[in-house]
Amino acid sequence: MTAAPEALRSVWRAPGGRAGLAFLLFLVLLALAGPLVLPDPVRQFDLVELAGAPPGPDHPFGTDQLSRDVLSRVVSGARVSLAVATLAVALSVTLGAAVGLVAGYQGGAVDAALMRLVDAALAVPRLFLLLLVLAVPERVPLVALIVLMGATGWFATSRLIRAEVLRLREEAFVHAAEALGASGRRIIFRHLLVNSAGPLLVAATLGVGDVILLEAGLSFLGLGVQPPTPSWGGMILDARSVLVMAPWVGIFPGIAITLTVLATNLVGDALRDALDPRGA
Amino acid sequence: MTRVLDVRDLSVSFPAADGRRFHPVDGVSLTLDRGETLALVGESGCGKSLTSLALLRLVPAPGRVDAGSVIRLGDTDVLALKGEALRRIRGRRIGMIFQDPMTSLNPVFTAGDQIAEGIRAHFRVSKSEARARALRLLEEVGIPDPEERLDAYPHQLSGGMRQRVMIAIALAAEPEILVADEPTTALDVTVQAQILEVLDRLRRSRGMAVLLITHDLGIVAGRADRVAVMYAGQIVEEAGTAELFAHPSHPYTQGLFASVPRITGPLRRLTPIRGTVPPPTEWPSGCRFRPRCPQAFDKSVLAPELMPVGPGHRMRCWLAEEPAAQVELSRRSG
Amino acid sequence: MTSLLQVQDLVKYYASSGLFRGGDPPVRAVDGVSFEVMRGETLALVGESGCGKSSVGRTVIRLQEPTSGRVVFEDNDVFALDRKSLRRLRRRMQIIFQDPYSSLNPRMTVGAAIAEGIEIHRLAVGAEIGRRVGALLEEVGLDPGYARRYPHEFSGGQRQRIGIARALAVEPSFIVCDEPVSALDVSVQAQVLNLLADLQRDRGLAYLFIAHDLAVVRQIARRVAVMYLGRIVESGPTEPLLSNPRHPYTVALRSAVPEPDPGRKHARIVLSGDLPSPSKPPPGCPFHTRCWHPARDERCRIEVPLLRPVEETFAACHYAELTPAAEALAEA
Repeated sequence: MTAAPEALRSVWRAPGGRAGLAFLLFLVLLALAGPLVLPDPVRQFDLVELAGAPPGPDHPFGTDQLSRDVLSRVVSGARVSLAVATLAVALSVTLGAAVGLVAGYQGGAVDAALMRLVDAALAVPRLFLLLLVLAVPERVPLVALIVLMGATGWFATSRLIRAEVLRLREEAFVHAAEALGASGRRIIFRHLLVNSAGPLLVAATLGVGDVILLEAGLSFLGLGVQPPTPSWGGMILDARSVLVMAPWVGIFPGIAITLTVLATNLVGDALRDALDPRGA
Repeated sequence: MTRVLDVRDLSVSFPAADGRRFHPVDGVSLTLDRGETLALVGESGCGKSLTSLALLRLVPAPGRVDAGSVIRLGDTDVLALKGEALRRIRGRRIGMIFQDPMTSLNPVFTAGDQIAEGIRAHFRVSKSEARARALRLLEEVGIPDPEERLDAYPHQLSGGMRQRVMIAIALAAEPEILVADEPTTALDVTVQAQILEVLDRLRRSRGMAVLLITHDLGIVAGRADRVAVMYAGQIVEEAGTAELFAHPSHPYTQGLFASVPRITGPLRRLTPIRGTVPPPTEWPSGCRFRPRCPQAFDKSVLAPELMPVGPGHRMRCWLAEEPAAQVELSRRSG
Repeated sequence: MTSLLQVQDLVKYYASSGLFRGGDPPVRAVDGVSFEVMRGETLALVGESGCGKSSVGRTVIRLQEPTSGRVVFEDNDVFALDRKSLRRLRRRMQIIFQDPYSSLNPRMTVGAAIAEGIEIHRLAVGAEIGRRVGALLEEVGLDPGYARRYPHEFSGGQRQRIGIARALAVEPSFIVCDEPVSALDVSVQAQVLNLLADLQRDRGLAYLFIAHDLAVVRQIARRVAVMYLGRIVESGPTEPLLSNPRHPYTVALRSAVPEPDPGRKHARIVLSGDLPSPSKPPPGCPFHTRCWHPARDERCRIEVPLLRPVEETFAACHYAELTPAAEALAEA
């Protein structure tokens, strides 16, 4: 596909897109390389006076009540949050695309059944759905959390892709493929999926921001990523008890969440503009 | 004859990727007298629509009308106008109708509202007076049951009806000039005949001048007084309609005629023009038709001017001054 | 000439869908159409927008399912075939489209688009596919090197040639040409019309040529069927149908063709009113609401006229014998 690098280039040309993309790249690099250069976040310091130290030369983001380096924990949190979000979105986009393609291409009863299911699912708030499931077991493994967030995130995407497929189905090149005797599978993969890749990419990018927020919210409620694995939401939860004495413990993960979500939204918007044929 | 429009050396340019500017309209001169129909003929990408937009200073950004261009509407210098004065020209002096009646109307207002809006933009009249005038306009463009159609929304009207409403809107401010950009291209032939009939009647009854922009030589034959053929941003041939159809002289015009299938006469294989119209960024130097021209010769590497080939008949081709070609031209016409 | 395609009483209704529109009558796009196409010939299907001509084209090759009727193509009952046999038959009947911009997948190279049919029907393997694609591109007048490029790099006329090459790749005997030159500039239109004529001569192709332009039809087809509101109102050999039309609608259509000849003054029969809605066609003759025929009467509003031989054509008009010639109207 020639369009992907082209789209990326025009995202880079848009001021918002460039800022967002640069920040995300920086964050990914930091998440990958950070542990090599930063102090081990879970290493406990014996020195009581280091607990809750304000930002300073030794600890740029300060330390928390357990005298852990906040910067190291924010970076480790980035690893977890980004990984969880990326995997969950990959799952939800795949599900959404599959359902949207099948519903849009098959039409009729299959379409009606799938779309009523989506309507019903969209009528229930996602957070409520997740709380319902997550509140039951004692501990939720990370993989289960990812699967659950992915499985509850595809409804809107499937609608988007279905609408795209309904439009594409009426394009002459799809009729031409049918007239050539192409199988349904061939039409779906070579003609419909490839041409709805743009909206799918936008949905995925914007979805990453959503899932980061969602995961932070769940972790803050104690239902998301379980300690001691660091996550941004969990760190804010931990910071609650020392918020007045050591606000930096909560502020820095909060800033990390805000900037990351902002960056994904900027990239998503720029991508949408880049892929909009009317803009080109 | 009153001259209502005088365009001289009109050029429109756009910035190219490499920083230079290219000229999709390049030195177009044309005039229009009261009550006259001039047809501007050419294929897509020849610059005919952009020319008409430039008349109203509606060239889309980042394009601009180049210095040295002259557009005079009566004694008004259009290119010197600004703001309010420019707005008063649009609609009031030059009305415009476009190819696609489906997207040119606002779907959330009735036909009557949209015509009345045009009236009230240029005349101080009450709402009821505007409505009454709108009704008269609908009658004038030949809409059956005009009272009913006044309150119809665009989606309730057929393509032909919508184009009539567009014409009524263009007429609302009683312009001296009507620019019709491919007014019937999106319509069926039987409806096309109706619309052309309406335009012709209006021109006669109102003494309006019409600039008819089209790719269809068939439409031109029955309707226009004069024809200007455009190719690659320039007028390549101009003449009275009868003269042009009797003696098409520019190789491009001849090529167009040879390309059109006929409904009468002997059936023969079509003789297309070879190749395609190059994009404005790749127009050749010298004669722009040279790479596609079957009669190109050594002199074609130089850019020709419009040169006389007959009474009121000029073409942008060096053949006009070749004695041999002159003989050939007269033989062909004889 | 032997018969290639027989269409009998083809009907295609579109249900008006939607939750709150269940009660609306269906759109009768095609309302009982019969015709035959011979091997190697062109039959033109002419009419204005909404007359059902494109629906006929698509239903005949079963890109759409019919409401009723029968189509026999090379001795196959097309509507009775199961999916697999239908896919196999697609090799023999192809379609080219009006809009050169939507007819090619923007994410597929020209070569991949042309190769698709070859791959589906396993007509060649390996390097042979590329060779065939190159030969097809040459056959439609394009550089074989274009195979690696994407559709957006080409003009409308070039794309139309690519669409033709794609259809030819599976070696069909019959092609539905759905307004293939309507969107093209005149000079390019002539190139494509000549190409279609050459391909017909070289490969013995039969075309169902769908068009609205009678001059184009005269150029490419020896036989014509004129459609109005889902029915054929007149059919026959092109020359007599154009010079001596017997159905008043054909006369109007013929007289509306703008001719590039200012000296020629012929009668313009300007039809009044609009096309009636195909979901509520008028009773009796479908054309009676706009008919200008001097002999029209009560019978036209009640009795549906059938297609019957009148002079050199077949016309569905009760008073076809009395239809005035266009020249007579011009003199009157």
